[in-house]
Amino acid sequence: MIAFLLNGSSTMPNFSTNEFKPGLKVMLDGEPCSILENEFVKPGKGQAFNRVKLRNLKSGRVWERTFKSGDTLEGADVMDVDLEYSYTDGEFWHFMDPSTYEQYGADRDAVGDAEKWLKEQERYEITLYNGTPLAVTPPNFIELEITETDPGLKGDTAQGGSKPATLSTGAVVRVPLFITEGEVIRIDTRTGEYVSRASKS
Amino acid sequence: MSEWLPSASPQSLAARADLLQALRRFFDDRGVMEVDTPLLSQGTVPDPGIDVFRLPGEGDEPVDRYLQTSPESAMKRLLAAGSGDIFQICKAFRQGEAGRHHNPEFTLLEWYRVGWDHAVLMREVAELLGTVLNSDGWQIWPYRTLFAELLGVDPMDDQTTLTALIDLAQSRIGSVPGGLDRDAVLDLLMSHCIEPGISDWGVVFITDFPASQAAMAQCIRVGDVDVAARFECYVHGRELANGYWEQTDVDVLAAQLQAENTRRQQRGLPQRPMDERLLAAHRHGLPECAGVALGVDRLLALRLGSETLADVVSFDWSRA
Repeated sequence: MIAFLLNGSSTMPNFSTNEFKPGLKVMLDGEPCSILENEFVKPGKGQAFNRVKLRNLKSGRVWERTFKSGDTLEGADVMDVDLEYSYTDGEFWHFMDPSTYEQYGADRDAVGDAEKWLKEQERYEITLYNGTPLAVTPPNFIELEITETDPGLKGDTAQGGSKPATLSTGAVVRVPLFITEGEVIRIDTRTGEYVSRASKS
Repeated sequence: MSEWLPSASPQSLAARADLLQALRRFFDDRGVMEVDTPLLSQGTVPDPGIDVFRLPGEGDEPVDRYLQTSPESAMKRLLAAGSGDIFQICKAFRQGEAGRHHNPEFTLLEWYRVGWDHAVLMREVAELLGTVLNSDGWQIWPYRTLFAELLGVDPMDDQTTLTALIDLAQSRIGSVPGGLDRDAVLDLLMSHCIEPGISDWGVVFITDFPASQAAMAQCIRVGDVDVAARFECYVHGRELANGYWEQTDVDVLAAQLQAENTRRQQRGLPQRPMDERLLAAHRHGLPECAGVALGVDRLLALRLGSETLADVVSFDWSRA
């Protein structure tokens, strides 16, 4: 593993512009990127080009680059794995591969906005770059307990207004007025919106 | 598994049948004869911008053959043999050209008019587009004038250095690949700036290309520069047709083909064998003529308002 890290990504294959498919992970300017779009452009006669959109997996920024058709980029040693969240020591957020018990520590940059959706024993998609977590993606829906919210008001209906509620992870979401402290609710992590009461288990 | 399904809708397949009939009628009405030439030939083009499919020779067929990138060579051999005006609707193949407006296997309409030059042929292309696209009018822009109009640069002035062109591309496009020669930078500006710039101009003929991009066209003197007697036809910013006042001088043609092979070498591309049968036909004598190749799939996409060729070919490259 160490030897592999020292070698960096020199063991990765090169990809030619005609292999650039959405989702392919490549190195550009020393940064791991994911191809978003690849458009082949060519004047009537002459040199062909590929206009490529890539997402820098470290910064999240979208880059647009033009390549000569047939140019190559080195593949990036990037893969997505499903890991279970264990705990944080304040500096790193630790995830575990439930089949191998291998531990991975993600730093604040890698955890990013996912921090407010981190629940122990829940599975997250971790993007590994050279074996180190680069990004953490929560599941689209997650069930969390409400630790604090104002009591419901008299005469509420399901169509009524909303109020803030603090969740066990510290995240604050808007919930209907009838929801009470201690309830478990279902949240859409992509929008941060309340979906429903959690199904009884 | 839905990959067995066509990429074109039933309506689009019917529209293709209609279009093919309309094209044949157009040429039949004008006394142009339909011909049918081989797809697999021993000769091919040295154009460095075209990557050919090669069928390596083996066993009883020791000679390499190439899938045609256009029927140009065979049709010129027919012209030299005295065919008179001819047209062909056929498949052509260009490796690696896959995209919204490209399919590595595509349908080409190519025709030749004996005794015409490219200016007269442009008018006929416009008439054909009037017939099948109901297009109204057209514009003719010399390459040089169009670059001046849209980019404020004279691409044919020796004072316009390669560095200046790269700087211009950098400021307009933001990202310029390394190692481009002058023509490649001009191609970059053409595909990234000029094409989008004329996307709402309707039918546009760009003519008088740089002499270095002559391919098999004649070069003529316009003002103070030599230009290629060629045109490209764009409709809504999409390149649809490429026409030449054909080079008939065999020595000039051989030199042009050789120059393209040299350019291949400079770009690190494999050399192509000289198309000796085409040169022999020229030595016998190609009549003065003009020829044009027009992308039928793109024409159909324009007729139907389709954004991608996959919608108008029965099975696109990924499903073929």
